[in-house]
Amino acid sequence: MTSQTHAGQTIIDPPEDGQFRNGQATNGSTPSPTTLSLHLTINGQTHALEVEPRVTLLDALRERLHLTGTKKGCDQGQCGACTVHVDGERVLACLTLAAQVEGRSVTTIEGLAGEDGTLNAVQAAFLEQDAFQCGYCTPGQIMSAVACIREGHAGSDEEIREYMAGNLCRCGAYPHIVAAVRQAAQELRS
Amino acid sequence: MRDFSYLRADSVEAARNAAALPGAMLLAGGTTLVDLAKCGVAEPSTVIDVSHIEGLNAIDVNSDRAIIGALAKMSHVADHAAVKSQFPAVSEALWQAASAQLRNMATIGGNLMQRTRCPYFRDPANFPACNKRAPGSGCSAIGGITRGHAVLGTSEACIATYPGDLAIALVAFDAEVDLGERRLKIEDFFLAPGATAEQEHDIRPGEIITAIEIPGSAAARRSTYLKVRDRQSYEFAAASAAIGLELEADGRTIRDIRVALGGVATKPWRARSVEDALKGKALDEASVRKASELAMEGAVDHGANHYKIALAPRVIARAILKLGETA
Repeated sequence: MTSQTHAGQTIIDPPEDGQFRNGQATNGSTPSPTTLSLHLTINGQTHALEVEPRVTLLDALRERLHLTGTKKGCDQGQCGACTVHVDGERVLACLTLAAQVEGRSVTTIEGLAGEDGTLNAVQAAFLEQDAFQCGYCTPGQIMSAVACIREGHAGSDEEIREYMAGNLCRCGAYPHIVAAVRQAAQELRS
Repeated sequence: MRDFSYLRADSVEAARNAAALPGAMLLAGGTTLVDLAKCGVAEPSTVIDVSHIEGLNAIDVNSDRAIIGALAKMSHVADHAAVKSQFPAVSEALWQAASAQLRNMATIGGNLMQRTRCPYFRDPANFPACNKRAPGSGCSAIGGITRGHAVLGTSEACIATYPGDLAIALVAFDAEVDLGERRLKIEDFFLAPGATAEQEHDIRPGEIITAIEIPGSAAARRSTYLKVRDRQSYEFAAASAAIGLELEADGRTIRDIRVALGGVATKPWRARSVEDALKGKALDEASVRKASELAMEGAVDHGANHYKIALAPRVIARAILKLGETA
């Protein structure tokens, strides 16, 4: 078994004896076979937690780290309510295993505003445009919109609709959501 | 979701060795595997995370070919300037697939390995019979609700539609899959269900896709992907077509044409009969519409999906005619 730890990541190579140890098997503190010891960087802070390998990033955020801003809607990759950023790109936390993001930087809705509480331009635009009713999909909409603008996919209403299609709003606030994304994109360009 | 062991591979060799273990499955973007594990369809005993392997996400394009690493993200390939100029159908197939979040997660290798799936396949609790999940158990879709099911390449064992978009464009332009020891034409990599619906790919235990290669051509440079569906975005194709077109110097005689179909077949479907009927002919609406009908030779419907037999030729024809208008 050749295991090595560098830059905060544990890498498992295939062992010569054909036997594998689970997950982070190194430096004398082998966890039980059913849990992984992870160090996750969320909103700039490192959190240590022990989880079963099957635990998703969404459940780790909500149930273990109590960051409940990220919402669980469908839990099967269809609604976008759980959208977070991994290394700056929007992804679905419900289809991401917590173990996959070790060594990567995760940003949730809680990490979007400035340290002094100043809202992100997209958050401010959602308030100004009244871009929600019940609010359940809103954290996912906002995280998706921030990335959509950064990707350069907010050039027209048509493009905004296409590139925001992965975020469903059952209240039907879509026209106001498009208006908010358009406004924030204009502000961020100017 | 059943629990599993998690291993992170740091090299292709490590991943190959681990993937040969019984019950092991590879995890790249996770968009299919984690979803199917939640449904109770995928039950890996060991998950091998290959997403941290370095050096497998390069996108290298020139006018002769594109070589795309297996871990390149769908979104990155879709937005790549040289892919857009040399292989527009590939970019269009990618950005019209899934959602922006899923495209940031899903890799090119994982996209090719996504399961061919139907609603019955995804619901083992209510529909135990599925020849893909449990070979020999039967097919719950046949005689069920079949609006989304395939009309080409079906068998008595399975009628699930191949759900992807990228592979339709890859089949049109003769792409190859690099498995390390072997290289396969993408058309041969995908298997129609026949009597063995559980086998969707010609891939062996311990093999891993490392890259795909797409040969450049005039037809690939003048290409498009047209996807028709029940809603405008974030939906599987009711019928789709990847088309490439090269005209003679006269600007109206077809020198080369590529036609591949999605949303209607059990695997990415090359429609060579349409291509053969149009090569050397003048590009006009009547001949295009007539030739497009040939794609449906041998089509078999299961009731509610009958409309696909009428729809698919119109999608092909519209895409060819649209390409013909663009100089």
